[in-house]
Amino acid sequence: MIIREPNKATVNILGKDHSGPSGGHLACQGCGGALSLRMALKAIGNRCIFVIPACCMAVIDGPFPVSSLGVPLMHIAFGATAPTATGIKAGLTTQGDNETLVVAWAGDGATFDIGLGAVSAAADRNDDYLYVCYDNEAYMNTGIQQSGATPKAAWTTTTPNKKPKTSIKKDIISIMAAHRIPYIATASPSHPDDFLRKFQKAKEIKGFRFLHVFAPCPPGQRFEEKNTVKVARNAVESRVFPLLEIENGEKLTLTDIPDPIPIKEYLELQNRFAHFKNEDIEAFEKNIEKRWQELSEWNRKQT
Amino acid sequence: MISEEHRIAITGNQAIAHAVRMARIHVVAAYPITPQTSVVEEIAEFCAAGKMDAKFIQTESEHSSMSACIGASMTGARAFTATSSQGLALMHEMLHWAVGARTPVILGEVNRALAAPWTILTDQSDSMAQRDTGWMQFYCANNQEVFDSTLLAFKVAEQVLLPAMVVLDAFVLSHSTEAVILPPQDLVDEYLPPRETPVKLDPDEPHAFGGMMFPDVFMEQRYKIEQSMDIAKEVILSEIEEWEKATGRQLKPLYPYRIDDAEVVVMCLGTAFGSVRYAVDKLRKEGIKAGGIRMWQYRPFPIKQLKELIPEGSQVGVIDRAVSFGISGPVGSEVKSVLSPESRNSVYGFIAGLGGREIQPESVESVFRAMLEGSADPVGINWVDVRK
Repeated sequence: MIIREPNKATVNILGKDHSGPSGGHLACQGCGGALSLRMALKAIGNRCIFVIPACCMAVIDGPFPVSSLGVPLMHIAFGATAPTATGIKAGLTTQGDNETLVVAWAGDGATFDIGLGAVSAAADRNDDYLYVCYDNEAYMNTGIQQSGATPKAAWTTTTPNKKPKTSIKKDIISIMAAHRIPYIATASPSHPDDFLRKFQKAKEIKGFRFLHVFAPCPPGQRFEEKNTVKVARNAVESRVFPLLEIENGEKLTLTDIPDPIPIKEYLELQNRFAHFKNEDIEAFEKNIEKRWQELSEWNRKQT
Repeated sequence: MISEEHRIAITGNQAIAHAVRMARIHVVAAYPITPQTSVVEEIAEFCAAGKMDAKFIQTESEHSSMSACIGASMTGARAFTATSSQGLALMHEMLHWAVGARTPVILGEVNRALAAPWTILTDQSDSMAQRDTGWMQFYCANNQEVFDSTLLAFKVAEQVLLPAMVVLDAFVLSHSTEAVILPPQDLVDEYLPPRETPVKLDPDEPHAFGGMMFPDVFMEQRYKIEQSMDIAKEVILSEIEEWEKATGRQLKPLYPYRIDDAEVVVMCLGTAFGSVRYAVDKLRKEGIKAGGIRMWQYRPFPIKQLKELIPEGSQVGVIDRAVSFGISGPVGSEVKSVLSPESRNSVYGFIAGLGGREIQPESVESVFRAMLEGSADPVGINWVDVRK
C-alpha cells in the first residue's frame, strides 16, 4: 500500500464546518455512498439542488418530515433522475437563476439500467448539470440484486453462485464518453484529494458532467463495515476501478497510476467473491487488465 | 371585449400551442407522437422565432417529458407538455408523481386509442385509463374551447396545486381548422398573472420533497389531494366566471341540450356530442322528449351540476369511448353511482366510437331507441354499431 502525504487543502475542506448529510441520517454503518455524499457536498458547497431517485440515498436522507442533506432535495421515480434535473435547471434559468448547481445523484441501477436512456438523452442535449452515479455494483436498496454494474460472477440474490452473472460490468464510462460530453471523471472516497478536486472542477464546467463514484457497500458486497475505505482503496490500487477524467469524450487522463496490488487483495475482502476459484480470479483479472491496457493506451495517445 | 380582428383559423393543436404561448410558459418538454406532434412543432417554432421566451426540451420519452415538467414546476416555473395514447400510458408513473408532488403541470392530451393493434385514431381509452391519477381533466368539443380551456387549466391548477389535462379528439379537433378568437396578450396577462407558489426548490430555504412517508401521515397526504379536488370544483366555477367577464365566452362543466323536460337523455364527452344534438332534434320532431348532456369537466367530477341537470326519473344513456373491460364504460358507471337511487333515474352504459369509428347521429338514435324500447341492458355493456 502506498502511503501518501495528506494534501493540506483536502484536510482543510474536509475539516470545514458542517455540510450534509447531518448526523442521524439512515445509512448503514460503513456506507460508501454516504461517505461520498459528504465529501461531494464539502467540495461543491450548498448553493445546489439535488435530485435523487429510488436508491439507498432516498432512504438515507430520512423520512418525512426530516431531511439530513441540508440542501434542497427532489425525490423522483427510478428512471426519471436525468430529465427531472433537466427540468429543474430549465425552470431555474428561465426564471433568471443561472447560479444554482443542479446535482443528479443516482445509484448504479438508476444509471446503468432503468434510467440509461434518459441519461443518454440529457448527455446528448448537453444539459447543464452535474450527474453523479454512486456505484455499489448492485440493487442494494432492494436487497442485493444484480444490476448492469455488477461484476461478472459476483454473488447477488438474483445471481446465486449456481447461476452466476455471465456478462462483465457494463462500461458506463465509454458509453458516456461516446456522447462527447465536456467532463467525465471517476472518483473514490479512498482518494479524497482526487475526489474533491474532481468535484470542484466539475462544479465550474458548463454542460453535462458525469461523475462515477465507487461506493462500497458492506451489507451488499459482504464485507466488514470497518473495511469500506480499504475496499475502495484496493479497488483503485488493483486497477479494478481506475481513477480518470475525460474531457469532451476524447482527452483521457489517468489521474492515479498505481503500482498494482494483486486483484486477490481486492476480491478477498468481500464475500460476494468468496466462491471464486483460481480460474474465476484469473478471468476477472484478465478483464481488468484488458481494460487497464485500453485506458493506458488512450491515456498515452493524449500525452 | 374582444373584437373580430383577433379571429384566426387554426387547428385544435395550434389552439393549444397559442394558449401555451400566451400563458408565458417557462418550460415545455415533449416527445413526438401522432396526433400530438403539431402541438410541439408549433411551440418549437414559436420558441425559435422568439415569439415565446421559453425553454423547449425535446426528450427521449414521454416518461422523461413529464419528469422534466415536474422538475421545472418544482422550481416555481410554469411547465407544459402534450401527448397522446402510448405516450400518456408511458407517462403513467410520472402522472402520479406530478399529483403527489403537487405540481400544476398542464398537459395537452390528444385522445387516441391504445394499441395493440395499432391505430392513430380517436377514442378516450388513453385518458380514461388515467382517471385515478389525480389529474383534472377537461374534454373539449371545439377549437375555441381548447384554447380557452388551456388558459383556464393553468389558472385553476396553480391555485389548487394539481395538474390538469386538456383533452381533445384526435384529428376531429387536433387537425381540423376552425375559427378561434385569440384575445390580446394583455388580457391574458391580466387573467393569468405570473405563477406564485408557496414552496419550491430553493437553496435559501432547503426542503426535501417526496421522501418516505410512513402510515402515520401518508393517508393525510392523500386526503389533502382529494380536498384540493373538492376546492377545484369551486375554483373552476369562479375562473369560468372570470374568463367570461374578460372574453364574453362561457365554459361550462356540463353542456345541456334540450334537457329541461327530457325523459330520455344521452351523455357523452368530446366532439361526438354533435351527433347527440342531431339525434335529439330528430326525436323531438317525433314528439319524444329527448335531451343531451356533454361533459366538459370530467375530473373533478361535477356531481352537483349533474344532479341538478338530469330530470328526475329520466332514463340516461352514457356513451363511453373507452371500456373498463369486465364491467362497463368508466363514465357510465360513475354517472350510475352519482344518480341512483334518489333521483329515480335509470342509467345505461353504452360503448361506441372506439379506435376512430364514427359516432353518427344514427348511432346515437339507436342508443335512444334502445332505452325507449326497454332493450338496453341496465347492468352490462350495451355495444353500439358492433358486429357481434
